[in-house]
Amino acid sequence: MKLRSLILDTTVRLVFDAALVLSLYLLFAGHNRPGGGFVGGLVASGALALRYLAGGLDDLFRTIPVRPWLLLAGGLALVVATALRPMFGGGAALDQQAFEWALPVLGTAKFTTATIFDAGVYLIVVGLVLMIFEGLGDDDTADSHSERVGEDRR
Amino acid sequence: MNALVTLPVLLPLLGAALSIAVGRSRLMQRIVGVATLVVMSGLTVALLGRIDEDGIAVTHVGGWTAPVGITLVADRFAVMLLLVSVLTMLAVLVYAIGEPGAEQTHVGFHPLYLILAAGVALSFLTGDLFNLFVAFEVMLMASYALLTLGGRPDQVRSGMTYVAIGLIASTLFLLALAFVYASTGTVNLADLHGKIAQLPPGIRSALAVSLVVVFGIKSAVFPLFFWLPDSYPTAAAPVTAVFAGLLTKIGVYAMIRSQTLLFPPDTWPRELLLVIAGLTMVIGVLGAVAQTDIRRLLSFHIVSQIGYMVMGLGLFTVAGLAAAAFFIVHQIVVKTSLFLVAGLIELRLGSDRLDKLSGLGRIEPVLGALFLLAAFSLAGLPPLSGFVGKLALVDAGFGAGSYAIVGVSLAVSLLTLFSMTKIWSNAFWGPPMSVDVAVGATQIPDLASRRAMLAATGTLVALSLAIALWAGPLYQLAERAAHDLLDPASYLTAVLKR
Repeated sequence: MKLRSLILDTTVRLVFDAALVLSLYLLFAGHNRPGGGFVGGLVASGALALRYLAGGLDDLFRTIPVRPWLLLAGGLALVVATALRPMFGGGAALDQQAFEWALPVLGTAKFTTATIFDAGVYLIVVGLVLMIFEGLGDDDTADSHSERVGEDRR
Repeated sequence: MNALVTLPVLLPLLGAALSIAVGRSRLMQRIVGVATLVVMSGLTVALLGRIDEDGIAVTHVGGWTAPVGITLVADRFAVMLLLVSVLTMLAVLVYAIGEPGAEQTHVGFHPLYLILAAGVALSFLTGDLFNLFVAFEVMLMASYALLTLGGRPDQVRSGMTYVAIGLIASTLFLLALAFVYASTGTVNLADLHGKIAQLPPGIRSALAVSLVVVFGIKSAVFPLFFWLPDSYPTAAAPVTAVFAGLLTKIGVYAMIRSQTLLFPPDTWPRELLLVIAGLTMVIGVLGAVAQTDIRRLLSFHIVSQIGYMVMGLGLFTVAGLAAAAFFIVHQIVVKTSLFLVAGLIELRLGSDRLDKLSGLGRIEPVLGALFLLAAFSLAGLPPLSGFVGKLALVDAGFGAGSYAIVGVSLAVSLLTLFSMTKIWSNAFWGPPMSVDVAVGATQIPDLASRRAMLAATGTLVALSLAIALWAGPLYQLAERAAHDLLDPASYLTAVLKR
């Protein structure tokens, strides 16, 4: 059985959600303030890296049920789609639009199509990092996998 | 119109995304890859027709006009090279599908190949020096991976050389960019044209020379060529073919673009370019004569032929630049087809070492004919496309009064012919090799795959014949492109709207 550090496990569980929220904050803040899809993606990847260190590949892929290369392809497609979309209306590639709504309680919400582009970048970064983890593998992939599958059944 | 300029860059990226998504099925990947490149070449043909009539097309990405935003510019020179590059990439892709190798064993081949195509399109179409850097990086990232897809130790070793050289060149490029931006405050090519002219002569020539060094590494001119014959020959045949055909020529393209558009003619002694050109030709061909592997021999020829293109730039006349443009078009096609022939030889006989081969002309007469046509075209025998290109260069050389470089280029042509006959007499003549030796260790592909590979190679050779056949109209197009290069007024008005 793979040795799992209790301290690392607990810390990762505490930090993981907060890091993901931070990464989403960075993604949305990126339009006017420091942040953006790339940085947000990196923070999310950092959170996933902690997961990988604590629990190995199995734990990682239980967290993210989507295959990494689908994330990568989806991100790339999203990026190209945002680049292409304005061209159907006769505009230049990557042209962006901004929308503003006055929402009750929350105040004014502003949304630019550049955020969709950033979300694509975010997905590309996360997908690529996950593919690297998959390439690195586990130090004892075969054993731990079968053991943990056994645990799940019990 | 805007769409036509942007789509050659965006389409292959979309294709790459699709290709990753359908990664489970090689058949779907092939359909996506071939379809993307077919549509891309159709778009490029349409773009070339349009700009040849209406003049330069410009699009400002994101609607931010120059010099603030990123500009894509399609002029004749860029689009004619883009068209021949896309057609070549399409033929090589068909070849790769047939070959038992990287394409069949690795899921990453198709996405990487399409990303490479996007990088190629972006580097031709960009009107912005920093964006050119980005395009080079996109191409490098894809090519690092393509070069080492086989995962053999020698591939990884020569991949390391390539990565190291790529990183050094990128760093130098970034430094040069920083110098350019620090002294002018812009990286837009059209904007730089006016601002560099106002700089003190010392700074101007420093910028010009640092860009020549960067693009010199990319295009493998003397003395910066050493990495090329070391890293190209080990990769899979289609990968080597597309690198050999395209990547160095993009370096030459960038050199021609930057030297004609950015720097006034008195910036630095252009005769120096002629010296570099002559040395590149001679050293390259001497290296080639000494080789005994077909692919290494051809790799040295890449270097040698780059010299001819730099010669066209060094002459700095309309005739010289037109000849250089024509010569690049011819080289992209011919060099790629020669590497594909070399790949077919290796596949058929298990080796590309000249001392081991014999009698291939009897075993594979079609292959022999294809090789002969491509090799004679490379050496510049009439009436093939290489002859037209070299004739134009020699004519331009006489026109500019540079007799020395003309003499060198003719002597190098003879040596090129000599080294091609070396391949011919060693590999194609003589008694046929015994079948046992011939089978070798390589996999024998099935008939359909062999036909696909042969058809792809044949198409490229036919394309080079077509270049010779329609040399007149093509040369006139190259001449119009050269006019635009030497008199950038229309480029400047198109981009800056002044």
